[in-house]
Amino acid sequence: MLDPITLAVIQAGLQQVCDEMDLTFSRAAFSPVIAEADDRSDGIYSATDGSLIAQGSKGLPVFVGVMQFSTRTIVERIKAGITAAPEPGDIYIVNDPYLGGTHLMDVRFAMPFWRDGRIFCWLSNTGHWPDTGGAVPGGFSASAISAEQEGLRLPPVKLFKKGEMDAELWQVICSNIRVSEQRIGDVKAQASALLVGAERLAGLMDRYGDDTVAQAISEMRNLAARQMRAMVRLVPEGSYQSRAYVDSDGVVNEPLTIALNITRTGDGLEFDFTGSSLPCMGPMNSVRATTYSSVYLAMRHIFPDVPISAGAFEPLTIIGIEGTFLDAHYPRPVSGCAAEVSQRIAEAVFAAMVQALPDRVTAAPAGTSGNFGLGGHDPEKGRDFVMYQISGGGYGGNADHDGLANGCSTIGISKAPPVEIMEQTYPVLYRRYALHEGSGGAGMHRGGFGLDYEIELLRGHARASFVMDHGRTGPQGVLGGKDGAVNRVEILKGGQSLVPEHLSKAQDIVLAPGDRVRVRTPGGGGYGDPAKRDPALVAEDVRLGRYTPAEAQKLFG
Amino acid sequence: MAGLVAGVDVGGTFTDLMILDPQTGGVLLSKVPTTLPNQAGGVLAAFDAVGIKLNDVDLIVHGTTTTTNAVLERALSKTGLITTIGFRDVLELGRRTRPNAYGMTGRFVPVIPRDLRLEVPERMDAKGRIVTELDETALRAAVRNLADQGCESLVIHFLHAYANPAHELRAAQIAAEIWPNAYITMGHALLSESREFERGVTAAVNASVQPLLERYVARLAGELKARGYSRDLLVMNGNGGMVAADKVSREAVKTVMSGPASGVMAALATGRRAGMTNLLTYDMGGTSTDVAMIKAGRAPVSNEIEVEYAMPIHVPMVDVRTVGAGGGSIARVDQSGMLRVGPESAGSIPGPIWYGRGGTQVTISDANLLLGRLPAHRFGQAVEATRLAMAEQIGAPLGLSVEQAAEAVLRIANTHMAGAIRMVSISMGADPRDFALFAFGGAGPLHAVALAQELAIPKVLIPARPGITNALGCVVADLRHDFVRTLNRPLDSADLTEVHGLLAGQEAEGRRLIAAEKIALTGIEAEYSADMQFIGQTHLLRVPLPGPAPSREDLQARFEAAYHARFRVDLPNIRANLVNLNCSVTGRRPQLDLSRLIDPKGRLETVSVKEMRRVWFGAWVETPVYWRDHLPLSLHLEGPAIIEQMDTTVIVEPGCLVTSDADGNLIIEVPHA
Repeated sequence: MLDPITLAVIQAGLQQVCDEMDLTFSRAAFSPVIAEADDRSDGIYSATDGSLIAQGSKGLPVFVGVMQFSTRTIVERIKAGITAAPEPGDIYIVNDPYLGGTHLMDVRFAMPFWRDGRIFCWLSNTGHWPDTGGAVPGGFSASAISAEQEGLRLPPVKLFKKGEMDAELWQVICSNIRVSEQRIGDVKAQASALLVGAERLAGLMDRYGDDTVAQAISEMRNLAARQMRAMVRLVPEGSYQSRAYVDSDGVVNEPLTIALNITRTGDGLEFDFTGSSLPCMGPMNSVRATTYSSVYLAMRHIFPDVPISAGAFEPLTIIGIEGTFLDAHYPRPVSGCAAEVSQRIAEAVFAAMVQALPDRVTAAPAGTSGNFGLGGHDPEKGRDFVMYQISGGGYGGNADHDGLANGCSTIGISKAPPVEIMEQTYPVLYRRYALHEGSGGAGMHRGGFGLDYEIELLRGHARASFVMDHGRTGPQGVLGGKDGAVNRVEILKGGQSLVPEHLSKAQDIVLAPGDRVRVRTPGGGGYGDPAKRDPALVAEDVRLGRYTPAEAQKLFG
Repeated sequence: MAGLVAGVDVGGTFTDLMILDPQTGGVLLSKVPTTLPNQAGGVLAAFDAVGIKLNDVDLIVHGTTTTTNAVLERALSKTGLITTIGFRDVLELGRRTRPNAYGMTGRFVPVIPRDLRLEVPERMDAKGRIVTELDETALRAAVRNLADQGCESLVIHFLHAYANPAHELRAAQIAAEIWPNAYITMGHALLSESREFERGVTAAVNASVQPLLERYVARLAGELKARGYSRDLLVMNGNGGMVAADKVSREAVKTVMSGPASGVMAALATGRRAGMTNLLTYDMGGTSTDVAMIKAGRAPVSNEIEVEYAMPIHVPMVDVRTVGAGGGSIARVDQSGMLRVGPESAGSIPGPIWYGRGGTQVTISDANLLLGRLPAHRFGQAVEATRLAMAEQIGAPLGLSVEQAAEAVLRIANTHMAGAIRMVSISMGADPRDFALFAFGGAGPLHAVALAQELAIPKVLIPARPGITNALGCVVADLRHDFVRTLNRPLDSADLTEVHGLLAGQEAEGRRLIAAEKIALTGIEAEYSADMQFIGQTHLLRVPLPGPAPSREDLQARFEAAYHARFRVDLPNIRANLVNLNCSVTGRRPQLDLSRLIDPKGRLETVSVKEMRRVWFGAWVETPVYWRDHLPLSLHLEGPAIIEQMDTTVIVEPGCLVTSDADGNLIIEVPHA
């Protein structure tokens, strides 16, 4: 056993190595998805099985634990001789969703960390590239029915060999993706983050000794497991059921069901997804790594003090996903897994866990990334454009207070771009950017309010696509609270109002100048009986115009 | 005595005054309790305490937390907002965030409540072209409505006003006819750059603190005048410069972060005299620690500081980062048996256990006490309670003795603080090893040497008066104005004549403002920089410029060099974007003699040990304790040692060497393996 001080110091040291990788990656990246939205993550992984040792605290939540699956795949494929064995200075690239990934746009780099001629551990990171080819710019095709339509798929291969980038492989990649000329900046940022990590880690090991660090890593894993077990013991013994629904897969207009039964046995929790829907035709499938990661991130939202480490996941068992849309295989399309399905999985976990831990867990948050893509031609600038508007929604009420308005997606931490920047960059004018009035689910503590925005195309022509969710049913209220308002998409064309057939998903809706798109994002679920809400707070919400008097009367009595 | 310069700084607990006689270098100091809500009481008491006549004082520079407290406690003036139709909720929606990455909870209260945010028809596009004319009838009605509701201040904040302020200017003109006072803030006037939430919050904060600051400063100036002070009162701004009291409330928001800025200004002046131009400043207080970086004798200024969650204030301010660890940070053993320190804090109330104010949880400060780093023998019973708590809360679960437990708490705390300082310096593009650590604040000198060891920083500088550094910052502050202008254009298509004209215009405006103040100066200096990025990027890198007329090639080359220095990445085929042009104009005041901050008369000829104390450095070590004011200027001490003074305690770890410079600063050399 190491003394607890050395252990804590090394743990903090490893954490700082990861945080520094995160920072380097974001600050040097070109893709705004990485640089601004922090859609990236960096971590340290075991040499033997790829399991997670430490991960940057500012990584995108959806990547909690996910890279251990891709790193494990690489380790296994090297052992099996499928992937070429590493040499110092090599960095592998991989984005295959079915080999421990998310969607194709999340491109991973993995680099062995060498010590005395042996691999001590792996440093890996993942970053969301703006495009990896496929049917639509950006990769979020709401109507794809196979992986090939979603983009270029890379198995683990060496992009850097002995410190030098493989120019030939790079040319192949560039020939298959859009706006490739700026990706070299992202690739260098992504590799540079790993190199910075290696330098820092070497410094840490020089200081404390390789054996001590190795021992600390193994003890940290045990400690994290112990800590998660202590948390699990807060859950009263028993089973907790919940369901969550994805509106549709974008192709077949029927809801997909996530069925979840959480059982506490001893100091473990079992997450049983038996009974969830079959793999779907459209892109709302999830892959195994993303499904696991979604459960982990939901648990981390509930227990934010437990460090992110393979040990923390040990007490959590996930079963029943085989054969469902939560464990899709090639060639099922998967672009919606990271941004949308992941959030429904988290919602199912929250909805079950709130029954067990009503003081710690909130009612359902809006839980959609609200992706609205607009691609077209801007005659004033003489060029094509692809615009993304992501948006927040209301958070769920909780034991202590009302939900936040316009919070970030459950799986993200990124800010939405300012209206002024969007209007500088794209040929659009926002007619409104406002609180989605009336959207907070009623409850003793009500849900937060969503966003209500309306965008007009000013010139040229464009096509609008939507990958959102919660259009059919609102975020769930709990313990007597009501659901938050549903997500609503409306296209205003020549005086007519159109609602997409799939409500929250649509592709290639043609817009002409003057046409408008209005989106109202979901409100959070309410917590507790609305009748128990302090009448002064209801009156305050009415006074501030958040609910009409009639709505308040109906919702709160 | 005549011609005295006074700096008076109001902190959370104490109000500090430093009076310097520029002729003799003589110094007078006082420290009195801060009075709330009206800080003027403490300020006057501080002057009373030194017993001088105010008509002997030529200049009073004041650092106040009036606006800081108002913002943090949301004790703001009632303020109304008039904005573009469709956008009244911008201040409430923010940028779709949450307070913490993990945990789906949190609260947010907008600066101006929804019923006081009104909309009027008007609209500009992103290029500043009018889409919808300003509806003046609706505007008048909105202004009356807010006045009738009892608002004291008014914000006019229109979309894209940075590109064309015509509607804001017209609206302010109309509002001025109706509004009962002059508290009208236009969004573009404080911050002429895009991003409606950040610009709007900045304007809203300005308006909401304006009346409070104006009343406070006017009252204080009146009281000072009544006591014989006949010159201008100057007030510290967050950019580290000072502004005349009668002008400061116009841009009141700039004072919100002025406290931390004064400390950095003091470090700058002290370092300049000591010949150290690369400093990491480290100000450790009870609940948090402020860190800033002085590179090549300059303190970086940032336009993007967030005062608290979703409260961005985007005006140029000294870039001070706050780390959530202070003397009151709580230590505990978590469910898995891991020792953790912070982020929870006992603050100053109840504070550490040894304060005896009801604190029951072990803090960093308690660990310092138990290890002899603070003079435990002076605190009697509280020490026993602290020892018991350490044994129970940390020692028993970890199987450690009280001393080992306390040492563990300090090591973890130092590891975390060092990590945070490291991240701050890296995010500012620097390696901490290239800096000296300038430690101040009540607790800074307790930890500085240990942190320097952790960060491989070779040298620590402890100024003469660590506990009243902010007041010194007021004494030495210059006049300073900062300007930012957004261009946002590819460098290759930027009009260089326009660039040169903008920089020259900023400089001229700064010189005009400085000339208008009646302060003796030795010169006026302008510094220029550009915020740049590679085309396609979103983050900015600040590139210092040698003059106001850089060539295109020079801009590209300087940017590429700065980028390489920061990221070790070259991208020869990508061109640069020129985003912002910045200019800061500084009116330099005569340098003051700081050699008598510790009274030379009190210094002894040779080092004399005040007492020997048992201090824990891995084991109990009989350690000499010195009284700082008695130390000779020619000093050569080896650690372990403790140096005590009125306002702080300096810990010199074993193996370190302490010398003194001519100003009485302690220079501690920290060896590294």
